[in-house]
Amino acid sequence: MNNKFSNPALPGPGDILRRTLPNGVIVLARENWTAPSVVVEGYLLAGNLDEPAELMGLASYTASMLSRGTLRRSFGEIAEVIESVGASVSFGADRYITSFSAKSLVEDLDLILDVLSDELRHPAFPPEHIEKVRGLRMTAIAERENDPRQMASMAFRELCYPDHPLGRNLMGTRASVAAVTREALFSFYETYYAPQDMAIVVVGAVPAEEAVARVAAAFGDWGGKRPGRSELPPIPRPAKVAERRISMPDKSQSDIFLGWPAMRRLDPDFDAARLANTVLGVFGISGRLGMNVREEQGMAYYVYSQLASNKLPGPWALAAGVNPINVERAIQSMLDEINRLRDERVPEDELEDSKRYLTGSLPIQLETNDGVAGILVDLEWYGLGLDYVQRYTDLVNGLTAEQVQAVAQKYLDPEAYILTVAGPGAKG
Amino acid sequence: MSDVYGDIRKTILSNGLTVVLREMHHAPVASFWVWYRVGSRNEAPGITGISHWVEHMLFKGTPTYPQGQFDKLVAREGGVFNGMTWIDFTTYFETLPSDRIDLALRVESDRMVHAEFDPEETNLERTVIISERQGNENNPGFLLGEALQAAAFQAHSYHHSVMGWQADLESMTRDQLYNHYLTYYAPNNAIVAAAGDFAYDAMLARIEELFGAVPVGPSVPMVRLQEPVQRGERRVIVEGPGTTSYLEIGYRAPRATDPDFFPMVVLDSILGGAKGMSLFGGGTANRSSRLYKALVETELAADADCGMNPTVDPYLFSFSATVREGRSLEQVEAAMMAQIERITEEPVSEQELAKAIKQTRAQFAFSSESVTDQAYWLGFSESVADVSWFETFMQRLEKVTVDDVQAAARAYLKRTQRNVGWYVPSVIGEVQGGSNE
Repeated sequence: MNNKFSNPALPGPGDILRRTLPNGVIVLARENWTAPSVVVEGYLLAGNLDEPAELMGLASYTASMLSRGTLRRSFGEIAEVIESVGASVSFGADRYITSFSAKSLVEDLDLILDVLSDELRHPAFPPEHIEKVRGLRMTAIAERENDPRQMASMAFRELCYPDHPLGRNLMGTRASVAAVTREALFSFYETYYAPQDMAIVVVGAVPAEEAVARVAAAFGDWGGKRPGRSELPPIPRPAKVAERRISMPDKSQSDIFLGWPAMRRLDPDFDAARLANTVLGVFGISGRLGMNVREEQGMAYYVYSQLASNKLPGPWALAAGVNPINVERAIQSMLDEINRLRDERVPEDELEDSKRYLTGSLPIQLETNDGVAGILVDLEWYGLGLDYVQRYTDLVNGLTAEQVQAVAQKYLDPEAYILTVAGPGAKG
Repeated sequence: MSDVYGDIRKTILSNGLTVVLREMHHAPVASFWVWYRVGSRNEAPGITGISHWVEHMLFKGTPTYPQGQFDKLVAREGGVFNGMTWIDFTTYFETLPSDRIDLALRVESDRMVHAEFDPEETNLERTVIISERQGNENNPGFLLGEALQAAAFQAHSYHHSVMGWQADLESMTRDQLYNHYLTYYAPNNAIVAAAGDFAYDAMLARIEELFGAVPVGPSVPMVRLQEPVQRGERRVIVEGPGTTSYLEIGYRAPRATDPDFFPMVVLDSILGGAKGMSLFGGGTANRSSRLYKALVETELAADADCGMNPTVDPYLFSFSATVREGRSLEQVEAAMMAQIERITEEPVSEQELAKAIKQTRAQFAFSSESVTDQAYWLGFSESVADVSWFETFMQRLEKVTVDDVQAAARAYLKRTQRNVGWYVPSVIGEVQGGSNE
């Protein structure tokens, strides 16, 4: 290995510049001189959790409207000015946040910051574009209705979080999208879009102090606060098996989701659960699930497990796509692997494999500007601390097989889980 | 002896293995790829999909790295890996922390010749492959694309998809698969491409040590198929479940080495925006492109795009659109055709030309952040053209003129050369109820 890296060390307090602007915007910057490019990523606190129940999809609809015209630029002008230099600026709403992501050659950083700021601070919500976007969203919903994987996933979410805002779909339904008015969009924007606790990360070929100054120039004079979020109801674990099967005739394959609402990202169980999930459905070709369902039984091209913890308990889910005749066998195999993880301690060498994967893959994640920016956004959003990446290896290596077994027993209940199947032959 | 192209070095070993290397020291990582010049292009009727299945079998073990060992070894070193099969090639890669990249050289030189093709493993993989195909069939875009490709190519083996026909996947034998492997997996039919934090001389020496002793394989059968001139428009209709309609139109495109390829790249950017050069997506949003303005802004389509791949033989320049709810395929097709006619009849503006080139320059810069993307492009270029094609890509693109674009549009986007595909949602209902309960 050579010793001439421009970013040799893991990102940490020594090379991440973090500043809070007087209006509450948090700026993080890290230099990377590999390529003449720069990435700007971040979020503000406006999400699907803030929507009125009858206007499901409003947060995402609002985010889609930002590029549709501002007080200074039309939709066409925004697209032209960004695309003519090969840059991109995009927005998306999630459950808790509206995030943004922009990328350009470094010579165009001021331009993308100007457009980003213009779109976030001065959107115009032109009526004709509200209808254009509505049509796009209706078509996307029609495509979803015809996609077994999306249908099974959406049903899984609903059953995981019954009567809870976390069970909502990000896109909404035909009825909720039809009900959105310009007033609703504008009011959502006015109420929730504010610089307070907003985070902006800049990674690329620009000095960190200069990056902060440029962000301050674009966002420093934005004022306002959003109302606080009310406490959400608790999320009970399922008491029994809750199941939904969605019949989609004429499709070739069935998609399965099986899982539970699990834990918060900052829950003390999270690190052991992430390691358990790596053993179960990530390591190598999809961990033990891949070995069982794909390699030994030849049943599925895709099978995996995923732990999506966030500020509130996110779902821990197993998923697979199989021939309709193999649905029951695949579900049984998933349950077998869950039982094995609960009943038997993971052998030391297998645990070591997954630990090495989790720690060893860090240099690859940190290679690109996008990769570093994504990690910095996570550090800020979850409050993990600027030294988290440097602590991470010890944190993973300190976990034991007992802890992995304990989280499996606590969260992966084979008697009470959510199960959804969409595809041909599934009974509705 | 090595040839030098900028900071790329190309060497051909005595057993015919082509090696292309680029040192990059921005991060302690390296990416190592082996490309075989075999894909669905090399497949005969009856064994369609065989190249893709062989690719799967290379993850099923050798005597040195038995089933399940390969992926475990790479993953426990913190690496990522995959295999991919395309019409013109099959490729395998590992990206690893640079002090562990030697593992990639060891496993790839081993499975170039020692893959086992255990009969039982082969049969288990049959259902995995069929599952992959059936997952694709759930997507209307796959069904339409496969049908359109089959209509556009009648004599050439680009006729069938990389996935292969279901009946062939059901009947293919272990011996056919193994024979395909013995025929095409040899140093004389392969390219090693690597980029990252290593020293040229040390990397080349280690490649020579591990791959240099692999014996030369049999001479590889040439693909002599040529698609005859198309004498008129062809139309295909696919019916299937859903409520959304999709349009795809394909024209015969120039191959990567054709001088016309570069004007067509510019034309592609003007109509549909510059394409990403990253293995994992990217690309400029295309909202200022002609197709977006004409089809999406006018509320006819939910999206509209076009694209072309660099290929060994002339493949397709394709246009696609998702019909918006309440609109018809006829309306969307007419609007798409109007844009195609416009670019053949009127010269593009100097401004559009300059924008296409700047967009592509940005995509090049973005892709140079990642060793995986760089090694991918080195190997890809060498397999469809040669590595100088990649090295001189931007220079050649910058020489394209407005006249070149119009001449290319006139040569390739001809009415008689088009293949029009419609996905029409309809209820077939033959598998209603299923057989599993």
